[in-house]
Amino acid sequence: MAARSRDVRTGPLLAPAVGVLLFWMIVPLALTLWFSFQRYNLQNPLITGFAGITNYRLLLSNARLWISIFNTLVLVSSVLGITVVAGIIFAVVFDQDFPGRNIARLLVTAPFFIMPTVSALIWKNLLMHPVNGFFSYVSRWLGLPVVDWFVQAPMFSVIMIVAWQWIPFATLILVTAMQSLDREQLEAARMDGAKGFSMFWNITLPHLLRPISVVVMIECIFLLSVFAEILVTTSGGPGLATTNLSYFIYMRALLQWDVGGASAGGVIAIVLANIVAAFLIRTFAKNLERD
Amino acid sequence: MGIFKTSILSFGAMILGSQLAHAETLTIATVNNDDMIVMQKLSAEWEKSSGNKLNWVVLEENVLRQRVTTDIATKGGQFDIVTIGALETPIWGKSGWLNQLDDLGDDYDYADLFPSVKNGLSADGKLYAVPFYAESSFTMYNTDLFEQAGLKMPEQPTWTQIAEFAEKLTDKSKEQYGICLRGKPGWGENMALITLMANVWGGTWFDNNWQPQLTSEPWKKAVNFYVDTMNKYGPPGATANGFNENQALFAAGHCGIWVDATSAAGRLYNKDTSKVVDKVGYAKGPGEVTDVGNGWFWAWALAIPSTSTKTDAAKSFVKWATSKDYVQLVAKTNGVVTSPPGTRKSTYTEEYLKAAPFAEMTQKAILTADPSKPTRDPVPYTGISFVIIPEYQGIGTTTGQAIAGALAGQSSVDDALQSAQDNAVEAMTQAGYIK
Repeated sequence: MAARSRDVRTGPLLAPAVGVLLFWMIVPLALTLWFSFQRYNLQNPLITGFAGITNYRLLLSNARLWISIFNTLVLVSSVLGITVVAGIIFAVVFDQDFPGRNIARLLVTAPFFIMPTVSALIWKNLLMHPVNGFFSYVSRWLGLPVVDWFVQAPMFSVIMIVAWQWIPFATLILVTAMQSLDREQLEAARMDGAKGFSMFWNITLPHLLRPISVVVMIECIFLLSVFAEILVTTSGGPGLATTNLSYFIYMRALLQWDVGGASAGGVIAIVLANIVAAFLIRTFAKNLERD
Repeated sequence: MGIFKTSILSFGAMILGSQLAHAETLTIATVNNDDMIVMQKLSAEWEKSSGNKLNWVVLEENVLRQRVTTDIATKGGQFDIVTIGALETPIWGKSGWLNQLDDLGDDYDYADLFPSVKNGLSADGKLYAVPFYAESSFTMYNTDLFEQAGLKMPEQPTWTQIAEFAEKLTDKSKEQYGICLRGKPGWGENMALITLMANVWGGTWFDNNWQPQLTSEPWKKAVNFYVDTMNKYGPPGATANGFNENQALFAAGHCGIWVDATSAAGRLYNKDTSKVVDKVGYAKGPGEVTDVGNGWFWAWALAIPSTSTKTDAAKSFVKWATSKDYVQLVAKTNGVVTSPPGTRKSTYTEEYLKAAPFAEMTQKAILTADPSKPTRDPVPYTGISFVIIPEYQGIGTTTGQAIAGALAGQSSVDDALQSAQDNAVEAMTQAGYIK
């Protein structure tokens, strides 16, 4: 009887918090949906009213949308690949004991704490600038032709910048995971004659699978919406070479003033994000259950 | 007693209120061009004499446009004074987003303004913004380099001639480039120039039924010429070069020829920032198949959004900053060549014409640029280097991006123009011009 009286109904107590969260989420979503069916251009107050599916029809038949979706996927998957591989390497390296390890760890995580805009500016003006940049200085010194990064390899440049920022995150998570690796297991494997790569492949990597899936999922969320780096360095160009979905929506909303079209783009972005999320969660859920 | 108390209180409130009304703080948004920076410095005088304060928001051109357009279109009411151009003013004036500025008082000499400038900032015959400076475009060239190469610039060159000169002037090993042109995407950046090129090749943005014409022969020829010439004789990284970047390149002596705004000339005469002070020659904007539409018309102007609650103080400032006295004040403090050009007849004094060899050419270019007849063939729109319809900013910027892509070698010119054409058709359909 006493035990049962402690079964308080917590629903009503949770309601305010849940309500605020729902409100927080639903109002912007509903507004976006509403605008996406409106004829609404900020520059032209004379054209208004319900647009039906015109915004979607025009958007989906626009090659620029598909190019930007493709660019988004290229950007996300390359950065994921680079950060995970580099993260694993760093995690293994920083797991070893060597003098100055703490300082090295600090340095490798530092880029994560730099604001995206600032790091983009550093890369644009100090490193990749064709005249004043460090890379051009190095290539001139080596007698090689100077590369104008953002013109000749725009997507690659953006990928480098974003990866540079996110490698520390992967490293941080994976280094932490490495610390929970069972040392006795390693000892036993070593006594069985395993070494180097086979130890890494059979013991370390399986141990890291779970944190890797965490890294992939969290990075996915943030990488789908990369914006500042693109705005600062290439403005989505040249042409459409680095226009991802969020930059595409920005162009619609703030360069073409087309609120209706931009909202429709936003809705498409939500759908895309959900497809990616569903796909990821399904894959990793299987992965995690296997353990 | 109660009545007495209230009346004292209300009297106090009245005094307080009237004092507040006298010392307003105005928020003013402007662009980070040199002339506006001078205005910002000199405005301390106005603040002193009027007792009001100015709260400056100085932004880069594209950002300024974003902030101002969103604020005005959504009736945000953030700004009391905004800096806008010859494209927005007529559209916004017609939409009722701006205060009329026909009533600045008898001491504001309206008759002194160039008629073309005044018309460019009016809608339905009413003035909605007062001009701060106005410009057309023309050809500037480095006379030193021309002499060394034994070349002579005609008064009215063609683009073909310009390319021939550029070829002879290019020596990339010495960082010397035959020609510098805008490459940074944007309707107010690369498209301003490229539209002029399309004009003189005989092209138009739209035909009489508002069908976009970007894949027509003249456009293909003009853009192919532009990309080709820039790749051969232009500076590296041209897709990042807008007006300011090219000005820096030209002022440092890196460019043989530069086709751009007449307002650049005054800055090239500033000894502090320019190495080419005595070495700049001027010619008309290049023509090709035709000369119609070879120079643009643009004005930066000050306007007061209809959402401003401090219109009296705001009017007092825009009146001060665009008056004859202000032009003289700049001449006195910064030298006569730096006077804001192109808006007032009274600016063109003998002293100014003598100190500024470009002034006559500037004046001529501004007076001949006719936004009501921008192209050789008849068109349904006005505006020379842009089209005065609300949708143009979007269409122009997207086209500018596509052409910048072609300039960088990301796509062919034909593909770029095709994608720009598709986008323009979409925008015009959405806005209801094309049924």
